[in-house]
Amino acid sequence: MRKVYMDYAATTPVDDRVLEAMKPFFSKKYGNASSMHSYGQDAKNALDNSRHILADSINAKNNEIVFTGSGSEADNLAIKGVAFANRFKGKHIITSSIEHHAVLEPCEWLEKQGFDLTILPVDKSGLVDPSAVETAIRKDTILVSIMHANNEIGTIEPIDEIGRICKENDVYFHTDAVQTFGKISIDIEKMNVDLLSTSAHKLYGPKGVGCLYVRDDVKIEPLIHGGKHEFGLRSSTENIAGIVGFGKAVELRKGEMPTEMRNLTKLRTILIKEVIKIEDAHLNGHSELRLPNNANFWFKFIEGESLMMDLSLNGVSASTGSACSSKSLKASHVLLAIGLKPEEAHGSLRLSLGKYNTAEDVEYVLNVLPKSVEKLRKISPFKRDWNSENNFEKNIRT
Amino acid sequence: MRDVTCPYSKEVMNHFRNPHNLGEMNEADGIGKVGNPLCGDVMRIYIKVSESEKGEEIIKDIKFQTFGCVAAIATSSMVTELAKGKTIDEAMKITRNNVADSLDGLPPIKMHCSNLAADALHAAIKDYKSKKLQSEDVVI
Ligand SMILES: Cc1ncc(COP(=O)(O)O)c(C=O)c1O
Repeated sequence: MRKVYMDYAATTPVDDRVLEAMKPFFSKKYGNASSMHSYGQDAKNALDNSRHILADSINAKNNEIVFTGSGSEADNLAIKGVAFANRFKGKHIITSSIEHHAVLEPCEWLEKQGFDLTILPVDKSGLVDPSAVETAIRKDTILVSIMHANNEIGTIEPIDEIGRICKENDVYFHTDAVQTFGKISIDIEKMNVDLLSTSAHKLYGPKGVGCLYVRDDVKIEPLIHGGKHEFGLRSSTENIAGIVGFGKAVELRKGEMPTEMRNLTKLRTILIKEVIKIEDAHLNGHSELRLPNNANFWFKFIEGESLMMDLSLNGVSASTGSACSSKSLKASHVLLAIGLKPEEAHGSLRLSLGKYNTAEDVEYVLNVLPKSVEKLRKISPFKRDWNSENNFEKNIRT
Repeated sequence: MRDVTCPYSKEVMNHFRNPHNLGEMNEADGIGKVGNPLCGDVMRIYIKVSESEKGEEIIKDIKFQTFGCVAAIATSSMVTELAKGKTIDEAMKITRNNVADSLDGLPPIKMHCSNLAADALHAAIKDYKSKKLQSEDVVI
């Protein structure tokens, strides 16, 4: 059976060249970057090199790059770090209803600690309205956090404009760019961002390495105190192998990104065009302002975990926003925020493509998916409407 | 978005792959409906009951339709297997745990939300009994 991985938004395989670059740093160049001897200096050079690659890739300075243990940690550092450092200036934070949990949860936790939180709604395509950000900003607003692109529905937010508004109002602006870094070019000057989160495992780098860009004039406190690594913002002996892998992955993206994104856009467009031909299949997210590799649908009268598992039995790996597959047993907050009813959100499927996908993969998915949908609809009691009583009562013997 | 590995037993996956007794039933004697599309699981169980020579009421035929996750579909399929050919009194004694055990267990998180099949079966039997009472009323 053919195996097709279409869950690149969840994570990506480590590129062979990235793995090769990382290897020496486990058992040969294993020094601690804080040590003065040659082992230490090898590690320090490797760390500096990766820092430079990351800084260069987003038009930042070396000392504005803070390596973290993940994208989630970068988000937490940005939000809690800025909130703590600026709590005497103000207590108001603005974010959106479709942020990743790594942003929403710290914000909600801060609210419990006495901060004020405004969660902005999005429209049906998942867009935040920049003028709503402007209206929400108060005298005591210290931080706005709006993601660059959404991980589920792929909608790309008007970050440049929101950044400009924050700058004019002298409010820090953080964006979670975990899904865009390596897919869309990022220039922190053009975007007017003060803080930006990324994660290596979404761009063919290793898991467990992230980075927070922190503009050098931002007031921020660390989450992890200790030996003052990473400019005092993230103590602990650096994960050199992981950071080298991150650097290598970013370096590779530079050359590969443009053609790859053109290819993925092409494949993705075919995928969407064909899938929405299935009866009662709907596209979630924006038709144009979306990540080049993202497709997200909902299928009426079936449930997403079943769909995902049936696809998996047929070799296709995808994901869903159904409650049934979540640890919280709640339907995706993103799909509910764009106006889907819970029963509709349960029927969602995300297909996210990556550089190892081919036209044959798309063809295979287009062959398998309609069959899975049809199979589950046969099992479902709902045929014509959600109120199945209509086609139901006739069955009772009278 | 959530990542899911296969948390299900082989038996669950077998029933999910090839559900037993799937479909609607015309002229069912009893129908059990449980769940709610909002929560993600809805089950329908249809039964046909006939009297044996000993005068026992036997579940002669049983069918199901389910909207829901893998566990919801597999438990529905399993409960129909467990109930088929049983007297309605025996069938009333089938519990959620019986269903889960027959499937070699369910992930803990699914034990509550998706293990509704026994409830649907009981609802179908109750529906059958109340229909029967009604029709007897009419005769009188
Ligand atoms: C938008 C977004 N933010 C944050 C994260 C968390 O990144 P990490 O898995 O590195 O903690 C992810 C991925 O899971 C994501 O998609």
